[in-house]
Formats: sequence, C-alpha cells, structure tokens
Amino acid sequence: MIEGEVSPVGEVGIVSYGAYVPHFRITPDEIGKVWGVDGKAMGKGLMITSKSVPSPDEDTVTIAVEAARNMMSRSAVDPKEIGALYVGSESHPYAVKPTGTIVAEAIEAAPNLTVADFEFACKAGTAAIQTCMGLVGSGMVRYAVAVGADTSQGAPGDALEYSASAGGAAFLIGKEKVIASIDTTYSYTTDTPDFWRREGQLYPRHGGRFTGEPAYFKHVLNGGKGLLEKTETKPTDFAYAVFHQPNGKFPTRVAKQLGFKEEQVRAGMLVSQIGNTYSGAVPLGLAAILDEANPGDRIFAVAYGSGAGSDAFDITVTDEMSRYPKDRAPTLRQLMANPKYLDYATYAKFKGKIVRGRD
Amino acid sequence: MATAPRFWRENPSRYNMVGFKCNSCGRYNFPPRTICPVCRRKSVGRIEPVKLKGTGKIFSLTETHEGMDTQNVQKPYVVAMVELDEGAMVTGQVIDCDASELRIGTKVRIALRKLSEEGTAGVIHYGYKFTLVRDGPDGPGDE
Repeated sequence: MIEGEVSPVGEVGIVSYGAYVPHFRITPDEIGKVWGVDGKAMGKGLMITSKSVPSPDEDTVTIAVEAARNMMSRSAVDPKEIGALYVGSESHPYAVKPTGTIVAEAIEAAPNLTVADFEFACKAGTAAIQTCMGLVGSGMVRYAVAVGADTSQGAPGDALEYSASAGGAAFLIGKEKVIASIDTTYSYTTDTPDFWRREGQLYPRHGGRFTGEPAYFKHVLNGGKGLLEKTETKPTDFAYAVFHQPNGKFPTRVAKQLGFKEEQVRAGMLVSQIGNTYSGAVPLGLAAILDEANPGDRIFAVAYGSGAGSDAFDITVTDEMSRYPKDRAPTLRQLMANPKYLDYATYAKFKGKIVRGRD
Repeated sequence: MATAPRFWRENPSRYNMVGFKCNSCGRYNFPPRTICPVCRRKSVGRIEPVKLKGTGKIFSLTETHEGMDTQNVQKPYVVAMVELDEGAMVTGQVIDCDASELRIGTKVRIALRKLSEEGTAGVIHYGYKFTLVRDGPDGPGDE
C-alpha cells in the first residue's frame, strides 16, 4: 500500500495497541490458607501461579485509561480523528454513566465522537473490536478505539476467587498504517446460562462444571472451527494462537482439540501469571503476541464470553510493524515484571471485602 | 452532589495535566490560574493553557502515616512534590511502590487513579497520581 493511501472499504486492522496490568499479585496458596483449601493444588489444577490484584484506587476506568494512553503514545494519530470509542467490561464502575466518556476525555478524543460501554461477560472487548471494524470498514469513522478491561469479582471462598483478576488492553482500529490487518472475524452465540450476575448483586454466580463442555468448549471450538472453515485455513497456517483463558487448563485443552501446538499458544498465555482478566484476557494475550510478532505472522484469536458466545479473529501482522514505535509504551513483559505479592488480609482490604463502619 | 460540578470543571487539569505557560516570563505552572504567580499584573492576557507531559522527578517526599480518610486503605502512603520536565511543581500521591524505593530525583510519571468517591452511591472522582517510571522505555527511574 502506498503511504497515506486509504485501503478499500473492508480492509481494516490494528493501527496501535496498548496494555495495562496492575502491580499487585496474590497466590492461590495464600487464598487457600484462609478457606481451608489446598491452594497449591488448586493453583496447579487451574494452572495459575498468581493473579493480578487492582490497587484500591484502580478500577475499570483507570485500567482502560492506562491501556488507551499506552496505545496513543505508540501512535501519531491525532486523538481528534477518533470517531468512536467502546469499552467492554463486566465491571464498569457505574451501573449508569459510561466508562467510555472518561476514557475519551483522558485521551483527549472528546467531544466529537460516539461512545458506549459494552457488556458480554469476558468477550465484551472483542465485541467492541468487531463494532469498530464495521464502523471503520464502512467509512463511517476514520479511527475507532476498542478497549477490553476488567476488575473481575470472585465471591470470598468461591472457586472464582483463585482466578478473577484485573487488567486490560486497548486497540486503535483504522485503515491507514495498519500494523496487523484483521482479515476475517466469526462469532458463535447461543443462550447458555453458565455464568451470570444479577443487577445489584456484588458477586457473579456460575454453573460449576456446566461452565466447561456446554459453555466454554462448545463455543470456543465452534468459533475456532467456524473461522478455520471461513478462511479455508488450518492451524499450521498460524504463527500464534490465543484463546480466552479463565484458567490455564481450558485454553491448553481447546488449543490441542483444534490442532494448535504449545509453541503457537505460549506467547499469548498470560493466565498463569496474572489470572483471568475477563474482558481483558484475549485483548491482553493478543497484545503480548503483537509485542513479539513479526511482519507476515498470522494470529488466530478466539475470545469467549459467558452467556454465551465466542468471537474469532484471523489477524496478519503487516510490514508496517517494522516501523511501529513499540518501545514508546511498556510491553506486557515489562508490565508484568516486579510485581508485589499481597497477603490475603491486604488483598481483602484492597478488594473492599472488609466491611468498614464508615462506608 | 455539590462537589460533582466543582470536580468536573477541573477535569482537563486532573485528567490531562493542563497547566499554563506565562508568556511574560516563560515559566510553566500548574494548576491553571488566570495570572502568573511571579509576573502577576504583567502576565494579564499572556497566560496560555498548555498540556504538560506529566513526567518529572521527585523534588521532595514524605511517607504519610496519618492522612486523609480517602487514603486510609493505602496507609502508609507517599506524597511527593514533583518537578515536572517543564519546570512546574506539582504535589501528588506516589503509588505502587514503597517509600524505600524512592529518592530525590527519582523519575515519575502521571497515572490516572481514583482520587475519592462520594460514598458508595455518589460520583467517583478521577485524577492524576504519580507512579515510578520502571516499566517504560526510560528504564529504572533512579538518576
């Protein structure tokens, strides 16, 4: 493509990206000690060695802003050229008042743009990417931003508490100077009650073992197979693959079932170190892959959201990647370095699980 | 509810470090004011709003053990005077570190955080705090 030339309608991709992971961690062992559970064994089963914990002054807004700012610092795009911004999360700080307005203001994209918050359990961020693709592809907007971010909740003592963590990533979608083109997307959606949170409830509920076969595996497998069929590709055509990672076990198994090898999945598998970042999970895994991918590399990504659905993407890294100033913002490896480990009491205080009289 | 509009008016400076440059003396300052604290009357009509980069180094710091209610869950916490790259001096909390990691001259940058919230039903106020430059391209913050 000639510099400055606008590609035909339909050809869209990632122009820039940025990520954020909180500084604090807790281990399954530390959580298990409190609840009389063998936390080490629990962690081994889930393939999680630690999970990220947001600071008391962090929430989905601050995580989304940090990721979006990292995205903008790697791009020369004028924020005023952004015509749409969507934040996908299941932990928006307000029930009514968009997270996205604060993010738009914090990256100086406001006021001439459309903004909304998305919710689809753990795949709201990828649903936002698809919406941005449509708006940019149709020519309605020149650039659009999709963010997936969460500070997910697990009820004290529940199995979710060992994995539910925090983090997020942001993607600038456009047609010019695309570092990774999103060539095809495919979604698979059904009404499946595997995990939910009712309005006003502090913590989500889940269907235990029901979250496996009829939920995660059915939707991720069908999403993945659908994309392979639609693109007439096979797993060996891809340099990298990333799957939703509520724990380490599920994506490892689903990758194998679809025919992907461990070395294709390794770069995007962050769950063992930072836990399940919900709406941030596939966006962060994709960001980690983009941190190391080279021009020509093809990436296979399948996000999953309970309720339930999957969004699959066929992405190809372009030559533009070699000119992309990646070092203007921290890579995932840098973001995850030097964490501080918390004991359960401090974790409970940070997460607001201790009821204080003055609240 | 009364504080919601008051904070809202300050969003550009709280979110994005919009300060000002005095075109009489050339100094940068924060937060925005209508006249320069140095040039005073001479600066009238010569104040230009400027977005500061939000990077700087610690000029002085203190570890706070008895502080504001809003910060109680983070006790002890660090508050620092930060000299921004443009020269403006800004006071703010330094997050995600222990006081022992900080020195005068340590490089920091702004990060958006919750500053306070009006109870569980009221508005949430967001704004800048400072964080160590340890994950970015500049490497470790100590100079």
